Amino acid sequence: MEEDFQPEYGPKWSDQRVERLLGALVLGVVALLLALIVVVFVHGWPSFSHNGLAWFGPGGNVEEELAQISQSAETGAGYIYTFHAWPLIWSTILIAGGSVVLGLIAALFISVFLVEFAPSWMRAILTPVVRFLASIPSVIYGLLGVLVLVPFIGNHLISEHQKASVAGIISLTGYSLMAAIVVLTIMIAPLMVSIFTDALNSVKPGWLEGSLALGVNRWRTIWKIGVRAARPAIVAGTVLALARAIGESVMLAMLSGSTAFAPNPIDGLIFIFEPSRPLAPTIVKSSDQLSSPPASATLFAIASFLLFSAAVFSLIGWLTRRSMNKYLAR
Amino acid sequence: MSDTEYTSGGPQPQSDELPVGTAGPLVDPPPPAPTNAVEGSSTWSLLDRLGLAFCWFLGLLFCAIAAAIVIYLLIKGVQYLKPSMLVTPAASGFSEGESGGFSDAFIGTLILGVMSLSLALPTGVAIAVWLVEYGRPKALARVTEMTVEAIAGIPSVVFALFGTVIFSSTALGFLSRSNEGVVFGRSFFAAASMLSLEALPLIVASTREGLNAIPRHVREASYGVGKTKAATTRRILLPTCRPQIATGAMLGLGRIIGDTAIIVILLGATQNFSPVEGAPWPLDYLRGAGTTLTNFVYEASPTGNLNQPDKAYAAAVVLLLIVLLLNAGTDIIHRRARKAGTWSQ
Repeated sequence: MEEDFQPEYGPKWSDQRVERLLGALVLGVVALLLALIVVVFVHGWPSFSHNGLAWFGPGGNVEEELAQISQSAETGAGYIYTFHAWPLIWSTILIAGGSVVLGLIAALFISVFLVEFAPSWMRAILTPVVRFLASIPSVIYGLLGVLVLVPFIGNHLISEHQKASVAGIISLTGYSLMAAIVVLTIMIAPLMVSIFTDALNSVKPGWLEGSLALGVNRWRTIWKIGVRAARPAIVAGTVLALARAIGESVMLAMLSGSTAFAPNPIDGLIFIFEPSRPLAPTIVKSSDQLSSPPASATLFAIASFLLFSAAVFSLIGWLTRRSMNKYLAR
Repeated sequence: MSDTEYTSGGPQPQSDELPVGTAGPLVDPPPPAPTNAVEGSSTWSLLDRLGLAFCWFLGLLFCAIAAAIVIYLLIKGVQYLKPSMLVTPAASGFSEGESGGFSDAFIGTLILGVMSLSLALPTGVAIAVWLVEYGRPKALARVTEMTVEAIAGIPSVVFALFGTVIFSSTALGFLSRSNEGVVFGRSFFAAASMLSLEALPLIVASTREGLNAIPRHVREASYGVGKTKAATTRRILLPTCRPQIATGAMLGLGRIIGDTAIIVILLGATQNFSPVEGAPWPLDYLRGAGTTLTNFVYEASPTGNLNQPDKAYAAAVVLLLIVLLLNAGTDIIHRRARKAGTWSQ
């Protein structure tokens, strides 16, 4: 009778076998990421190697350069790779940086409000609102920006005098840094709020109570004790939001104006009304030129720059979040 | 020890005023136990009060923005959305009246959602199970965690470009349209596989959270009656954290449906299905190019190639309703899971 006994999961799904199977799958995903990194860098290498460090530098008109690059594949007179990405990088820095700074301020105040001061009815409304704002597809933000915010900025915020003052260089229509930053802030602030509130909620209550018992009021307690204890989470959330802001492509392709122009803060406040062109939207806008080898190399070079910066930021965020656990009650 | 001990500092007890002989308390009753009432802001300095006012302002502002988005889009939806748009494919026409609807985009969104999720869900759950239940060697576990975190941070345009490379290789030509050895590399298969990477980190994180919340003694009880680790995982752990897996799947689905960059680059720039001739039925559509609602909104917006803002609004409303439904579903699952209670440690 012993021989007839077939354990249900015995020989077929033994632990070792399952472990090996799952391990193989995990290795596959890790290998896929490595393949992605290698493929993107290898395909972008011709653009880097032809330009050297000048790739990151200023000089020339990015739009003309891109047009030349994609045309050079058809003429047969050798590929042209000349590309200076600084206006794109500068625009990315301005838009992502601006919206992360605004988003950080808004997210800090909102999460302090949610954790400590909001009455329960307000909390019941605000929590789903934040989650909803985070889940709206970026293309809807883009559409609303194009049809509502951009005309508003173009018609009411930019004066005729301002339009005339730069008429020879660029036309101010409302597609601007400002539109991009405002909408991007609304997109990334909810992400930060959810990380910040988690952290603030898990600050050891004894620390806060100790401060309250010493007579410090609730406002100063939450800022001096709570926010300070949650600092690693705040860094992590900000860095993750920065990675998201750098990678945002579709909404920015619709709102930033897609003009290779580098707005200059020295010109005064008018620079926030000027159009520009960040890195990620450039890939989406030029994706129909992928069949031409030099254009494809240029786009992959942009992608590897994005990949590198986003990966660095999300790893920093991950490391700070890991180290944070010792500060917070579990 | 005398009464003076109690009465020396502070206000004198009122016991003197009690008529002699009545059984009254010798000292005041202790103050009432603290309630949940909290300190108001009336004693704060001006700056602190201004800060609190700013909190209220921002909170109300966010609510107002969300309400404005929903109400504005719903009004536009009532204005422009006709049910016929959901069953009419897009057509070329001069005016918005002639150019049909967006049925292909609507169906494309559903197809891509199902395809990507059926790729991402098993993979994500398997990775989470391996991380929590096995996780040996430790170095590989660390690397896997970093990989998942990196995938979450990589911009979707980068996935899209990577997809164009691997799906244009001749080895994977059977997944898209190919012509005399040149592989087009844009198809539902290509887009779905890259979109599933977008959803993967959310599913892994949510499932891990669920598995970590199950206390050790549950597993040990199962091992104690002779179950293997694999059987325990399949029969006890996974069914227990089903709500978390479902939450992760919903979040991932939201990400899949909302993505545009991968669709624009990897699904072919078209507004209609373009099935591959000669392939058997479902495969001919899945190997061909297509479109989704996000792509339709992008192309129909004033910055896109179609420039039909009214129809873009109509498609955006459909998209928003899908997102709202997903959010509501996540909420319901979450609440039901919380009602079911937590494990006693």
